[in-house]
Amino acid sequence: MALTPRQRARVSRGIQYAIALVVVAVVAFTADWGAIGRAFFDVEVAASLFPDVIVVALKNTVVFTALGFLLALGIGLLVALMRLSSVRVYRAVAFLYVEVFRGLPALLVVLSIGVGIPLAFGTLLDHTLSITLALGIVGGAYIAETIRAGIQAVPPGQVEAARSLGMSPTRTMVFIVLPQAFRTVLPPLTNELILLTKDSSLAFLLGTTLAQQELSQFGRAALNQVRSLTPLLVVGLCYLVITIPLSYLARRLERKYGSADKKVDA
Amino acid sequence: MSERASEPSAPSVAVRIEGLHKSFGSTEVLKGIDLEVQRGEVLCIIGASGSGKSTLLRCVNLLETPSAGTVVVDGHEMTDPDCDLDRARRSIGMVFQGFNLFSHLTVLENLTIAQRRVLGRDRAAAEEIARENLAKVGLAGREDAHPAQLSGGQQQRVAIARSLSMQPDVMLFDEPTSALDPELVGDVLDVMRTLAAEGMTMLVVTHEIQFAREVADRVLFIDAGVIHEMGPPEQVIGDPRQERTRAFLSRVLHAAKPPESDTAPAG
Ligand SMILES: Nc1ncnc2c1ncn2[C@@H]1O[C@H](COP(=O)(O)OP(=O)(O)O)[C@@H](O)[C@H]1O
Ligand SMILES: [Mg+2]
Repeated sequence: MALTPRQRARVSRGIQYAIALVVVAVVAFTADWGAIGRAFFDVEVAASLFPDVIVVALKNTVVFTALGFLLALGIGLLVALMRLSSVRVYRAVAFLYVEVFRGLPALLVVLSIGVGIPLAFGTLLDHTLSITLALGIVGGAYIAETIRAGIQAVPPGQVEAARSLGMSPTRTMVFIVLPQAFRTVLPPLTNELILLTKDSSLAFLLGTTLAQQELSQFGRAALNQVRSLTPLLVVGLCYLVITIPLSYLARRLERKYGSADKKVDA
Repeated sequence: MSERASEPSAPSVAVRIEGLHKSFGSTEVLKGIDLEVQRGEVLCIIGASGSGKSTLLRCVNLLETPSAGTVVVDGHEMTDPDCDLDRARRSIGMVFQGFNLFSHLTVLENLTIAQRRVLGRDRAAAEEIARENLAKVGLAGREDAHPAQLSGGQQQRVAIARSLSMQPDVMLFDEPTSALDPELVGDVLDVMRTLAAEGMTMLVVTHEIQFAREVADRVLFIDAGVIHEMGPPEQVIGDPRQERTRAFLSRVLHAAKPPESDTAPAG
């Protein structure tokens, strides 16, 4: 009865398929599908979430993320340039910034800004401003490193050519280095935007009014009122509606700019 | 001399180098270079790999900072700490072995960006000068191409046109044909011949001995950071005085490309 290795592999695969089939069959015949279905997705519950899930929650998520990302881009660019500066103090400050805010949980940063600043300074920051600041500071630390890598990936010959044409260091940076750096950095920046979209859920720590709810907080609030996972499912879908196109975009950009110097016409 | 006397601001010496030393860390790469290049002169610099040719050229426009010595180009004392290098470099063109075209810009934009951002020319004026120079290097009609779409020879000619668009007084060439396939070398050398004939002051690092023999007013042989021979090509290439010059030349002429690549295309 000696089996060859190939026969043995085939038998073993057959057994695994059989086991999987049995498990599926048992679950399918014993479960109460109606109840499970309603627990996960209830059409009436889902319908009751509209239009607020879009016009309030999704809108807030997009607004917080977009503002946070813009601020993060600004901070990231500034910190990247500081890290590459010839001034030691700038380099040190930038290094510290990146290490601290990449090392801390985003949740701590959001709390520090939303709760800490009002406690310390006795003024309440606007809700949108707080979350924008927090996301900008956290995202800025990651984006700074991404942009720095992009700048350093620009071949030194490009800088030499620009300087030998009489361009100042600033003009060289603005007209030659940064445009090239941003091309290589566009796909990773898109990924940062995806991460920031998810981090925007931390706004739930600060939101108090209904109008301030973004997707996650909205979903959680709705969850307390219905015995069904439906709100989370709907909210989850809303996130995916944002993030899946973004990651598609990132792949497109990657392909477009990743192979830029391989395009040669005959 | 008499026709130059009418332009008092233009000295007859284009490049003056005195006591130039350059070290990288503890390695001394240039060990006391003295050199004068006249206006309109073509100087070819030859020497083995690692002998300091690129470093010498890069010290002329201060892409490398000399460790000691004086470099004066067109009356600008480049080594003076108060020298406005960006301004001085406007009139010193440089052509690199690796072309270094701006990869995010079209050919036309490569030729106009410094004219516009450094010289402050408006777009129309810059583009007109760019087109003239593109035609001059035989690439009229390729304005909208991206560097990656051009052959190496075409890229190098664009790079030359880019420098020319700044209307420089001196052009530095660092092995402009070394990265090219042999069949593309001729076109680039032709452009350089034309420039030389027009009276451009040129410092050319090259391994194209035939080109040096033909075009250079003087040839400089450098070895281990020291100028060993300098003089007319008939002498330095045709009848070298020094054993190391002779050894270098025989290595380049015999060991290199079997068919003399730079004699190939005419016109
Ligand atoms: N930036 C640098 N740092 C350290 N060493 C360098 C640098 N540039 C050149 N060198 C060294 O200086 C010597 C001369 O280099 P280079 O001028 O490029 O020679 P060539 O152009 O004649 O081949 C070489 O030994 C090279 O390794
Ligand atoms: Mg070299």
